[in-house]
Amino acid sequence: MTEESALQRVKFYQTGTHTVGNRLMDDAARSVQASMDRSNAITSGHRACQGCGEALGARYALDTAMQAAGGQLVAVNATGCLEVFTTPYPETSWQIPWLHSLFGNAPAVATGVAAAMRRKGRDKVKVVAQGGDGGTTDIGFGCLSGMFERNDDVLYICYDNEAYMNTGVQRSSATPPAARTATTPALGDAPGNVFGTGKNMPLIAMAHNIPYVATASVADLHDLEAKVTRAMSVSGSRYIHIMVPCPLGWGSAPCDTIRIARLAVACGLFPLFEAEQGEVVRISKIRRPVPVEDYLRPQRRFAHLFKKGHEDKKRLAVIQRMADSNISRFDLLAEGGTS
Amino acid sequence: MLKQVEGSVAVAEAVALCRPEVVCAYPITPQTHIVEGVGALVKSGALENCEFINVESEFAALSVAIGASAAGARAYTATASQGILFMAEAVYNAAGLGLPIVMTVGNRAIGAPINIWNDHTDAMSVKDAGWIQLFAETNQEAVDLHIQAFRLAEELSCPVMVCMDGFILTHAYERVDVPSQEEVDAFLPPYDPVQVLDPADPYSIGAMVGPDAFTEVRYLAHDKQLQALQLIPEIASVFKDVFGRESGGLLHAYRTEGAETIVVALGSVNGTIKEVVDAMREDGTAVGSVSICSFRPFPLAELKAALAGARNIVVVEKSLAPGLGGVVASNVRMAMQETPRPVHTVIAGLGGRPITTASIRRVVTAATAGDLPDVHFLDLDEAVVAQEIARAKATRRSGPAAENILKHLASAKSTDNAGALS
Ligand SMILES: Cc1ncc(C[n+]2csc(CCOP(=O)(O)OP(=O)(O)O)c2C)c(N)n1
Ligand code: SF4
Ligand SMILES: [Mg+2]
Repeated sequence: MTEESALQRVKFYQTGTHTVGNRLMDDAARSVQASMDRSNAITSGHRACQGCGEALGARYALDTAMQAAGGQLVAVNATGCLEVFTTPYPETSWQIPWLHSLFGNAPAVATGVAAAMRRKGRDKVKVVAQGGDGGTTDIGFGCLSGMFERNDDVLYICYDNEAYMNTGVQRSSATPPAARTATTPALGDAPGNVFGTGKNMPLIAMAHNIPYVATASVADLHDLEAKVTRAMSVSGSRYIHIMVPCPLGWGSAPCDTIRIARLAVACGLFPLFEAEQGEVVRISKIRRPVPVEDYLRPQRRFAHLFKKGHEDKKRLAVIQRMADSNISRFDLLAEGGTS
Repeated sequence: MLKQVEGSVAVAEAVALCRPEVVCAYPITPQTHIVEGVGALVKSGALENCEFINVESEFAALSVAIGASAAGARAYTATASQGILFMAEAVYNAAGLGLPIVMTVGNRAIGAPINIWNDHTDAMSVKDAGWIQLFAETNQEAVDLHIQAFRLAEELSCPVMVCMDGFILTHAYERVDVPSQEEVDAFLPPYDPVQVLDPADPYSIGAMVGPDAFTEVRYLAHDKQLQALQLIPEIASVFKDVFGRESGGLLHAYRTEGAETIVVALGSVNGTIKEVVDAMREDGTAVGSVSICSFRPFPLAELKAALAGARNIVVVEKSLAPGLGGVVASNVRMAMQETPRPVHTVIAGLGGRPITTASIRRVVTAATAGDLPDVHFLDLDEAVVAQEIARAKATRRSGPAAENILKHLASAKSTDNAGALS
């Protein structure tokens, strides 16, 4: 790495009032990303697709974690899009120490890093582990549960794009019902993914009674930063599950990533909340609720639900019921809101 | 200090003397007493500044060690059998990343059929993962090899597996000289990593490498093993200077001068083989033996030299490559390319079957007389096998072979007993 690229200057992009932080806010309330001092943990030049939610989420999460750790941060990465698009060796986007071992072991590797830091008297160095939904809810599930149960001092971040994207959009246990993926094609009587019972990783994390669990979305980057900051302020195992739309896998326009992420929250399918020691302590109310259809329609992975003249009303109703049950379970509606 | 201890306990003490900073434990017989021993030393405070982490699988055990090692800590774990297969992906990964982890393998068979007793199938299943593999002949050597292993691993930045026979060594009470902390400290410098996760000097470790450089990276893994061929004898010789004992090295040749037949083996069975060598030498048969201590790297030149005078070579090995024959024998043959002569494979001791002096003597005698086939299964019950093959041919639904064999053996035994009573 040349001296110049290592010290690459921050570039500013106008990405809306929720992100860079508008100029009307006072300094303290502005986002980490808006600061000249942000670390650029993942610097530009990586190879994510246009509009990649994962790249955006990771950049915000890690710069915030870097700020919280005073620059003393190590990142461990599971195999997946984030790992691949940031490190086509010898190029790397990582300006912080970064370790990729395997697809299914990021939590355990992070445990090892944290243990070593403690033994080396370098407790100040904090450890973040990260993986996609496949790496988290499927193949790395055992290691993650082990890390939680031991309450190892690691913040684990799951970037949930609801499928195995890096291998070409196959179904994971986080893929929603009816979604078309390469292994749940839109064919036959019940096109797309099955309507299973689901696997709610944030609730599973909470069942371990770890100090902190949160869901976040690239739709609200201020909120995402606040949650990472909060997670970094406690020790022990912490878990943040971030919804990150994937234009390639979801069949959505790259310019719609934020809009779709916002609709996922607004329809109730992706509730935003925080939990401490297994109890929900804060939820983000939905101010302008929308029907699930608004969220599903702009995504080609759900196109078979909206075939002209053959709208799949039955299955749409089931998905709406899933959203409604989230709304009542987490009490998501703001005063005066209507669904 | 000389003591009468269980092999596992002695190894646990030796590991503790090496001052590991992160130890990960997951139970599997016959390795359990080793990690229990290290855990007790941590808990009692005898081993200071060490994280003892009880993990949820072998895959996690080695993964924790990978993270710890990459962050600059001396890391250790132990496993056996199914555990090695469960962590196989991480075994390759640790080597690929060049992390100097030391791992004990209490060698045990791999199922199905599930079997907890000793053979070398577990170590052989990962022989080409890029780890250095050392095999201990005795519990004293197991202790000494662990101390050498940390130094070797860290000098080369390459993981080392110390293999010791399950039960035969791990559970045997023998007299072992466990060195003092001062001696070990004098021999083993603190770990100074070649790469480390450090915010002051951020590296990306474990990035993707394409066809443009992958061959070169893999070549370096090979080169590291070639360097180990030099370093292993050097370290064994420094070890001798400090501890006054010969242990380790690439191989041990025993009475090979003028030997017409040489028996080659790994691990504890060499004790039995040496007994046979002594007895047969006394009878005037020119026999010798070679114990291979370093299986990876494989000491081609040294083995060639040790076997130079022999007319017959008999490899007694506790592993089977189904469809081929012997794993070790295939490697030994490579050493004999320029001076071809019969290299017999004797598959022995699978799943803990005892290897007796009588059986070894029988195969050596057969080899010397030119009567030993290329691949021979020591003490195979040919009648039982023939019966099961016939059964499988005769009936489509012949049932599980392992159970059929056990049933046959049980009924044979009861008729034997009946005969004895009447
Ligand atoms: C043991 C193992 N199995 C499968 C793979 C192939 N693989 C690599 S990345 C990946 C998909 C990752 O999906 P996810 O974790 O959701 O991350 P994403 O790429 O979607 O961000 C798969 C299946 C692998 N590398 N290792
Ligand atoms: S496939 Fe999806 S997750 Fe992967 S880089 Fe492209 S947009 Fe991002
Ligand atoms: Mg994914």
